[in-house]
Amino acid sequence: MARQGFNIRKQTGFSQIAIACFVMLYMPIILLVVYSFNAGTSIAIWEGFSWRWYVSAWANDQVQEATVRSLIIAVWASAIATTVAVLAALATTRTPKFKGQTAVFAMINQPLMVPEIVTAVALLIFFAMIKVATGYTGLLYLIVAHSAFCIPFAYLPIRARLQGMDLSLEQAAADLYASPFKVFTRITLPQLWPGIAAGAMLAFVISLDDVVITEFVKSAGQDTLPTYMLGQLRRVMTPEINAISTVLLAISVTMVIAFTVLTKVRN
Amino acid sequence: MTDLSLTAAKRASRRRWILLAPALILLVFAASGPLLITVIFSLLTPGDYGGVVWKFSTDGWFGVFAQRDIFDGTFGWSDAHLSIFWRSVKLSLITTVACLFFGVPTAYFIATRPKKQRGFWMLLIIIPFWTNLLIRTFAILELIRNEGTVNSLLIWAGVIDAPIQILYTEFSIILGMVYVYLPLMVLPVYASMERFDFSLVEAAYDLYATRFRVLRRVILPLVKPGIVAGSILVFVPSLGAYVTPRVMGGGNQLMLGNLIELQFGQGRNWPLGAALSMTLLAIVMVALIVYVRAAGNEEVQHG
Amino acid sequence: MTTAISARSLRKVYPGTPPVEALAGADLDIQDNEFFTLLGPSGCGKTTLLRMIAGFEHPTSGSLDMFGASLLDLPPYKRPINTVFQSYALFPHLTVSQNIAFGLEMLGKPKTEIKETVAQMVDLVQMSELADRQTGQISGGQQQRVALARALAPKPRVLLLDEPLSALDFKLRKEMQLELKRLQTETGITFIFVTHDQEEALTMSDRIAVMNAGSIRQIGAPRDIYDHPAERFVADFIGDTNFLSAQITSSNADRARVDLSSGESTSARLPEGGARDGQVTLAIRPEHAKLVMPDDGLLRGTLENIVYFGTDTHIHLRLTDGTPFTLRQQNNSETELQFAKGDTAGIRFAPDVAQVLKD
Repeated sequence: MARQGFNIRKQTGFSQIAIACFVMLYMPIILLVVYSFNAGTSIAIWEGFSWRWYVSAWANDQVQEATVRSLIIAVWASAIATTVAVLAALATTRTPKFKGQTAVFAMINQPLMVPEIVTAVALLIFFAMIKVATGYTGLLYLIVAHSAFCIPFAYLPIRARLQGMDLSLEQAAADLYASPFKVFTRITLPQLWPGIAAGAMLAFVISLDDVVITEFVKSAGQDTLPTYMLGQLRRVMTPEINAISTVLLAISVTMVIAFTVLTKVRN
Repeated sequence: MTDLSLTAAKRASRRRWILLAPALILLVFAASGPLLITVIFSLLTPGDYGGVVWKFSTDGWFGVFAQRDIFDGTFGWSDAHLSIFWRSVKLSLITTVACLFFGVPTAYFIATRPKKQRGFWMLLIIIPFWTNLLIRTFAILELIRNEGTVNSLLIWAGVIDAPIQILYTEFSIILGMVYVYLPLMVLPVYASMERFDFSLVEAAYDLYATRFRVLRRVILPLVKPGIVAGSILVFVPSLGAYVTPRVMGGGNQLMLGNLIELQFGQGRNWPLGAALSMTLLAIVMVALIVYVRAAGNEEVQHG
Repeated sequence: MTTAISARSLRKVYPGTPPVEALAGADLDIQDNEFFTLLGPSGCGKTTLLRMIAGFEHPTSGSLDMFGASLLDLPPYKRPINTVFQSYALFPHLTVSQNIAFGLEMLGKPKTEIKETVAQMVDLVQMSELADRQTGQISGGQQQRVALARALAPKPRVLLLDEPLSALDFKLRKEMQLELKRLQTETGITFIFVTHDQEEALTMSDRIAVMNAGSIRQIGAPRDIYDHPAERFVADFIGDTNFLSAQITSSNADRARVDLSSGESTSARLPEGGARDGQVTLAIRPEHAKLVMPDDGLLRGTLENIVYFGTDTHIHLRLTDGTPFTLRQQNNSETELQFAKGDTAGIRFAPDVAQVLKD
């Protein structure tokens, strides 16, 4: 046997724990996906491959409605959050320290720092007052709530991208007779778009996945996919839940990989 | 003479606040504002069917730790609430320690891979991080429930005759929280390890340190900021966890999040719920301040 | 001769604790068609001054005119001034020719004219073959040329260059120095060039303004500044200098009779606005003095060190009063150094090569 040199990076047992970690992280998810194709009604006993649970989920009116609602909310929330986050990032990046900066950052990052349950309860209280006062109980509450907590997720990648951008490029454009509007559309935006796309996708996934705030803010009959799934807990679980989960997982994984690629695009 | 640069600065400042306005309005309306209203609600009297009566009362805050004896009207410690607080803190601490045990070696493992492979291993950590927490909790649930994979396997192998009750215990909550929050530990620890200069390890070996001493005396002290960050990042959401204890605890093993929810559901005591959620927020803020202090000091030390 | 850029008491203070005075009241007139250089160490205020002319910084007070009209109310995009940035600032999402066309497009020039001008510019900087490349795919020297072409394309009245050669290697820098000078002569555009490299300033400029600590110390033609530095900083920053103390015995308009520490006397030039009598400091360039027999020298000293530099030799002496003195001697085949380390030698220099300093 060839003698191995002394490996300075080795720490006894670390690799084993790490591999165990990866197995632990992925095994449950893989099993969940596998059993979504189970022909039987069990989520533990394999009875052959079948699409039946995808078909039954697709045919389920409640699932359909929840899916549409989830998508409407996620599209609106990510669009709103991304738009305001772009503006906020433009205002707070590449400027000297300004008065009120700490407060602004605290506000933007509040959804990341405050436990979700606390925000959920606060929104429940506040929106309950508005619901009583106005009588309106539509989807707007959920869209507004989702937009707000998606802001930091959209803001951070956009800000990171802006910070990586060379300030002299915009100065060069201004020097070459581009008005501030032209500078933004011709120089800033074309370079910022990977950050914007990344932020929008992150916001979309975060909105799509939200359970807690939605659970507290929604009015009767306004289930999204995650709250519908949470409601199913009390019943006997069939692989239909696995099928829905698998679809949501696929969306998330696609978005995360796209996000990773986008944020790696060189400035 | 007017200061020309001052007018320019004023213009820049006005532009800044105009750009910030939409985000701030939205956040005031659906984040900070409601928090302030929650504080007000915690100081009101509960309504009979939920909601509040607009009458000042400190009962909500009393109810956080205390309870009025229904027979003689005296105040005493609320054992139910105290045990839930204790469970929340205990389970969160255990979760943090478990995440440290698994997360630090995992981060180290990734940081010591060849540079080109690290992106791939990190992606494996990031994917669960961004996938639905509820789905991941379900995945663990399906694994350990009585009819689940683990029990089925054990019975099939003849190790046990009847399923072991894993679900709806404190253990299952910890398992679920470790599972869902583990990436939050790996990410910051990896971030500080990636910058770690392994020539320091060589220097330590050169000066007669053993592997364990290298870990304890050189590596861990230098990646401490990442470890502190990871611990806080795991501890804070564990303390406020709602979905995982609800799914894995099945309503038997309440944590703070579930206790708060209860006040807005069956409990119909909104002021108490509001006070409890503000208490949770206060604990979390203390943890965050400790973290910011620690992180700030580190930065100063590193120049 | 018309004045292109004129600054009066131009001052810039950055707020903070304590506030930083980046420019302490600069007065400056730059002529049309001039190659004008702002020279100074980093932090001397030269870049601040340049950025004010471009419109990226606003002065705290003072006035700044271009051809007699104030620039201060114009945003950068309304000033007929273009800049070559230190980092080049080429737009990474545009090709070479799109970069060059950018300014013309913003000015709303007709398409045919833009095409024509871009073709001209690409030719002018010898980049025709790479016109359709992305700017990330060309070398540093080529990026430099594109940045130059882009700034020249809109035919500005004034071109600002912010240390544009600092990122290039030595050989390329030499080439570009000549190239820049050629372009300036050909186009007739006023160039305002910022650098910390004294050699660059001396080779290219019509006039140089030497700056230090937020103020302009001396303005003049390269030869003027080199041969007759007005003060210690200028003498020290540009080239090597020997400082000697001397006593003025008599003076007229621009000359003075001075007694050296050795007791010998010589004639020296007086700076504008400097002292006309008493104890002063003289500056003498090392190459302006030569070694002679001890008895023939204006000064006498001991050779402490002889350092060979290829084209020339540096001879370090210690004068009898203890002052160090360095001499530079060209090495050609005929001359042979007649002194060795430890010898005593005399030092001579022609009348008027010594310059009296203000400080």
